[in-house]
Amino acid sequence: MRKPDAASEARLEAIRRNATEATVEGHGGSYYGLPLLKPTTWTWEVPAYFFVGGAAGAAAVIGFAGRISGADSRLVREARWIAAIGGALSAPLLIADLGRPERFLNMLRVFKPKSPMSVGAWTLVAFGASSAIATLPMEDRRSRLSGQAGLPVLHWVSDSAGAASALTGLVMMTYTGVLLGVTVIPVWTKHAGILPIHFAASSLGSAAALLELRGHRQLAVRRIATTAAVIETVMDAAIEQPNVTARIGSAFAGPIPLALQLLFGRSRKARQAAAVSALLGSLLTRIAWVEAGS
Amino acid sequence: MAHPTTGFFTDSTLCIGCKACEVACKEWNEVPADGFVFGGLSLDNTLGLGHSTWRHVKFVERPVTVGRGGNDPNTMTWQFSSDVCKHCENAGCLEACPTGSIIRTEFGGVYVQPDICNGCGYCVVSCPFGVIDRRPDDGRAFKCTFCYDRQIAGEQPACAKACPTGSILFGDLEALGRVADARIATLHGQGMTDAKIYDPKESSVGGTHAFFLVRGDIADYNLPANPEIPTVHLGKAWGAAAVAAGAIAAASLLAFAFGGRK
Repeated sequence: MRKPDAASEARLEAIRRNATEATVEGHGGSYYGLPLLKPTTWTWEVPAYFFVGGAAGAAAVIGFAGRISGADSRLVREARWIAAIGGALSAPLLIADLGRPERFLNMLRVFKPKSPMSVGAWTLVAFGASSAIATLPMEDRRSRLSGQAGLPVLHWVSDSAGAASALTGLVMMTYTGVLLGVTVIPVWTKHAGILPIHFAASSLGSAAALLELRGHRQLAVRRIATTAAVIETVMDAAIEQPNVTARIGSAFAGPIPLALQLLFGRSRKARQAAAVSALLGSLLTRIAWVEAGS
Repeated sequence: MAHPTTGFFTDSTLCIGCKACEVACKEWNEVPADGFVFGGLSLDNTLGLGHSTWRHVKFVERPVTVGRGGNDPNTMTWQFSSDVCKHCENAGCLEACPTGSIIRTEFGGVYVQPDICNGCGYCVVSCPFGVIDRRPDDGRAFKCTFCYDRQIAGEQPACAKACPTGSILFGDLEALGRVADARIATLHGQGMTDAKIYDPKESSVGGTHAFFLVRGDIADYNLPANPEIPTVHLGKAWGAAAVAAGAIAAASLLAFAFGGRK
């Protein structure tokens, strides 16, 4: 029979320590390579809404700038109509993406300034309403010639709504970039400081493109299209594009229309090609950036 | 009536991987089944937290240091850890929610009101822990409710009640912090020097109401070293938006000047 002594007990203590003192080794710093974050659940309606809402917002801004500059009323009227139609199309797109579309109005039970989704929902409502009202008749040569009584109030309502539509339109153009940037998705947050500019410039390019395709030949429309293409060309160079679609979209939104405008700007066909390119680029860019988060 | 701020303290060194917490959670909350996919070499068949997995037992497999807590070089160590919504002090999902569906309860938990949520999906991309998700066939977003209903009734959450080893502790958050400190001191005293508390108090999350005791590299548990809430990017993003809006307004006005109307 063995008698426990100090040495034997120390040995047993050492064995016990040996068993518990282990430290575990890592294996590559992940859990079976499974992603930590959830991908976005958004479907095609979201980038489509970004595109339509942005172009509509920019059209409202162009319409307002044209109005206070005394531009041709046909240009102003059509810009306002593009804003109104785009605003009207935006709501169903945004609603269609909801998991519970019938509860869209729950967006309007609170206002949360720190939530870009909340700010966006309220902006869309204000933009949609004001851009629709801004299609009411405004004072122009036609209304002056006909001399209709009682219209000044209508004109005032139309122009006030046009101003409100332009103001909220500026948010429509930019906030979608904020919406992506203020999340936890690394590819979006990394570009939080540039996506609002990228999306705003391509929105402006889209609105100018629509006016070009509607046959508006004012120098202002061409200048705006070129400005947007210049900014988008800078964005194309400055942004590390997340995928192939983004690279293609960026090229269509910036360098391609810019080259067409600068080299063949006198040709109507070339300007129209540039317009189509800008529209396509703006849409592809948004599809690509939403896709990058999924 | 004032309520205490409650918390979960999940000690993975006591977890035996039995998944009683997963079963209890599913049963009490009537959460639907969500597939049966095994991951890795082990018995993890739910893979991660999601719209229909609110407690998830991780099976962390790591190489053995032979002679130190193991003898067979061809086998591995298993660390089990029951994961759950962190119920962040500053919750990204709650700040992002545009309907006000996601609220802070009187117990300090983060709760999605299912009768308000319209399934916009913004919370999904706002959770730094990848917890909340939209359930495709339902349309709404779901995650751990912290058994809000049971807490109102004075009961502890289902997972904590069902846990057979005391790995999941529920109670007053501050008191649990002291329990955790004592447990760490014990484990370190026994030589388990890689035991640590995961509770990102220094990040913008500002600490969690569900915190964990884990061992070794936290990345092996799919826990982020430095989780950030989305709103830290607000200034940068809206700043860029303001610059863009100002520049575009000015450019549009200038375009019509100097002969632009023609």
